[in-house]
Amino acid sequence: MKAYWALFRARFRTLLQYRAAAAAGFATQVVFGLVNLCILRAFYRYAGASQPMTLSQAASYIWLGQALLGMQPGWSMDSETANAVRSGAVAYDLTRPLDMYAHWYVRALALRIAPTLLKSVPMFLFASLLLPEGYALVWPPLPSLLAWMAALAGALALSCSITLLMQATLFWTVAGDGVARILPSIIFLLSGMVIPLPLFPDWAQPFLRIQPFYGLSGAVSMLFCQILPAREAGQVIALQWGWTAAFVLGGRWLMGRGLRRLNVAGG
Amino acid sequence: MYLIQAEGLRKVYRIRQRDGNWLKSMFSSRRMTVEALRSVSFSIREGELIGYIGPNGAGKSTTVKLLSGILTPDGGTCSVLGLTPWSQRRQLAGKIGVVFGQRSQLWWDLPVDDSFRLLRDIYRVKEPDFRRVRDELCDRLSLGALLQTPVRQLSLGQRMRCELAAALLHSPALVFLDEPTIGLDAASKLAVREFIRDRNRHAGMTVILTTHDMDDIEALCSRVMLIGHGRILLDGPVRALAGENAERCITAVLERPLDETSLPPGVRVQRQSPQEWTLRLDPRRTPVAQIVSLLHEQCGLVDMMVQNPPIDEIVAARYAQLEREAEVGG
Amino acid sequence: MNGLRLYGRMLAVAMRSQLQYRASFLLTTLGNFISAFADFLGIWAFFDRFGGLQGWTLAETAIFYGIGNVSFALSEMFAREFDVFGSHVRTGSFDRMLLRPRSTVLQMMGAQCQIMRIGRLIQGAGVLAAGVWLLRPAWGVQHWLLLLASIIGGTALFFGLIIMQATCCFWTVESLEIWNCVTDGGRTVAQYPLDIYEKPLRHFFTYLVPLACMSYWPGAYLLGRGYVPAWVSFLAPCAGILIFLLSIWVWNCGIRHYRSCGS
Repeated sequence: MKAYWALFRARFRTLLQYRAAAAAGFATQVVFGLVNLCILRAFYRYAGASQPMTLSQAASYIWLGQALLGMQPGWSMDSETANAVRSGAVAYDLTRPLDMYAHWYVRALALRIAPTLLKSVPMFLFASLLLPEGYALVWPPLPSLLAWMAALAGALALSCSITLLMQATLFWTVAGDGVARILPSIIFLLSGMVIPLPLFPDWAQPFLRIQPFYGLSGAVSMLFCQILPAREAGQVIALQWGWTAAFVLGGRWLMGRGLRRLNVAGG
Repeated sequence: MYLIQAEGLRKVYRIRQRDGNWLKSMFSSRRMTVEALRSVSFSIREGELIGYIGPNGAGKSTTVKLLSGILTPDGGTCSVLGLTPWSQRRQLAGKIGVVFGQRSQLWWDLPVDDSFRLLRDIYRVKEPDFRRVRDELCDRLSLGALLQTPVRQLSLGQRMRCELAAALLHSPALVFLDEPTIGLDAASKLAVREFIRDRNRHAGMTVILTTHDMDDIEALCSRVMLIGHGRILLDGPVRALAGENAERCITAVLERPLDETSLPPGVRVQRQSPQEWTLRLDPRRTPVAQIVSLLHEQCGLVDMMVQNPPIDEIVAARYAQLEREAEVGG
Repeated sequence: MNGLRLYGRMLAVAMRSQLQYRASFLLTTLGNFISAFADFLGIWAFFDRFGGLQGWTLAETAIFYGIGNVSFALSEMFAREFDVFGSHVRTGSFDRMLLRPRSTVLQMMGAQCQIMRIGRLIQGAGVLAAGVWLLRPAWGVQHWLLLLASIIGGTALFFGLIIMQATCCFWTVESLEIWNCVTDGGRTVAQYPLDIYEKPLRHFFTYLVPLACMSYWPGAYLLGRGYVPAWVSFLAPCAGILIFLLSIWVWNCGIRHYRSCGS
């Protein structure tokens, strides 16, 4: 356990050094957040306010999405691990007295937390303090806030398990390439990053609320904006951890097969 | 007729250095200037084969980049083939060839010949000229069998031979070779050297060779320029590198012990083993022949070997000495 | 061999080396298509939910979306290498381009052809066609020409913006990621008619980055809503060409400041 904690800390520290990239990313995401918000405001102006979410909720939802963008699987890759798999150097990792899945998992955790931390703190400050009403992020009462935090932890676990499943496909060069290029767009759509989940058509909602990517971002933000009341947090969290378990099992299985394949290929 | 005339070339790099804590470093940075070249002057005649040497970071690459027009200098003037490189870069580019030993200019996924053909179009070489030059180069570099091989499948030695051909397809009058033998095995090194010598002697190509491999210099160059700390420290024949350290080292196997007092003054002797001796001497003061006959008559010379001290050592020593002088003088 | 023919040759070579990795190429194309498709699905969902947008219908928005995405995809196809210009500087391959007797812009364009961007192109063209089909407008020759001009102008505009972004590398080595706000951000903004945006944003993409000239004004004219005089709509796409020419000029100034990397 100590080894994994050390690996996590080392990786976390390294990733915290990319501050210039974080600053640029922050500025870019502010602009994109504003553009998306303008589009939404135009729709609301036209259609009136009786929608599944109010404009103020939608604004909060958009800023949460921008702040936590780095937490999404597929937003960035662990390029060191990816290169190690492609070049076959991953074989060296097998000589270490570590469980490879767990090792990759703590690396993924660091990758999802560190850049997000760098970008989200200024984003929260900016969106809640500097923007006028109707554009600003509005903080919820304590129960919702706590529910959001609990769900955030679940989202993190889920995101890393999906990241690892994607990494495991890299053992198959072509398939890995395809997954890395196709899956992120689908995740972005289904997790509610392209448009807020409550604004999808009503007939799609039952499906949207059980699919694995629901707990990645959309559901979490909905708890924050009180579209989902705090008492429904249990359901969201159960869904998150259920899917996480499934992805961990799937990822481990795939990784095992990939490694065996590697041994064969390496002679 | 001078092909290159450089006068007082100066190049300064400005680098930013971040310091302090991360918050501060995001907004402020210290600017530092590094003088890559202080004042570099030299001229090169048509048909010369010049070795351009110096330690890493001395300014070799910067000079080559200035001469080929990639960089604009911060001072000084320069004329290459009658053109000013940085303002007439594209005109000049058609007349020079450049090989970077560490980088490839070939298209990685394509057969070698496809790269050659694309270069033909880029350099506007006419088809008959292209065929003639390519076939000659292929002949000299034994590339025939490689032409249809994708570049990524070539060995380093094969690739370097292809790089040389690629750089010469447009028959440049002047060629810059930046470490063309780096990482090559012995046979490939010899092939590359042989080719460079041949192009210089028989095709009249002017060559500027930067390298860390002193064997390249010894094998090829009539003249060397030694650069350090942004200035030319030495410019002259390869012999001049040795300077006052023109020492020879004789290793001799003798039947009878050597009587040191019988040797001329200035010769230092060391006994390595009961039969093996080394003698160090300055051939300008004591002709080697005199020592050889002395050893033969007095001690029964069985076997012997005369060596220059390794040129690497000479360069390192010379460099340190010139640097000291420069510091005292400047 | 003139520049255009050389460019053609270089593209052919780039495509040949790319097609050696055929499966990867197909998947990338598919991924590109899906990512663009997800964008449009979002727009469709908005219209489905809200019923309309300040008097614009989904079909009308599709015209703006189509013009914006087709232009962007075309510019990316040709200018993609400028996007990764920083890596050309770091690996020294830009040094090599400077050593050749040809325009560096041409060599950058020819260094790689991102035909996989055809995924977005197909998607954008499809949406544009669907919009036209749904509206069945009574267009004369001048309307079709204007549509073509706005796509060409838009391509030139995005191309110019991408070159300008790359030009920053001459001073900073890293390309300025923040410039994405203008390129990718511009594409996002251009997917809707410009009048839905708040004033500062609208003004930014009209006067500073003349996106309005490429999609909004011509698009509005095509849809029979002349907010600006007709001749403005017709002349506007030239602004893209101007930005493109400006970017080439800036690029050539930048080369003088180039400090090559490595030893």
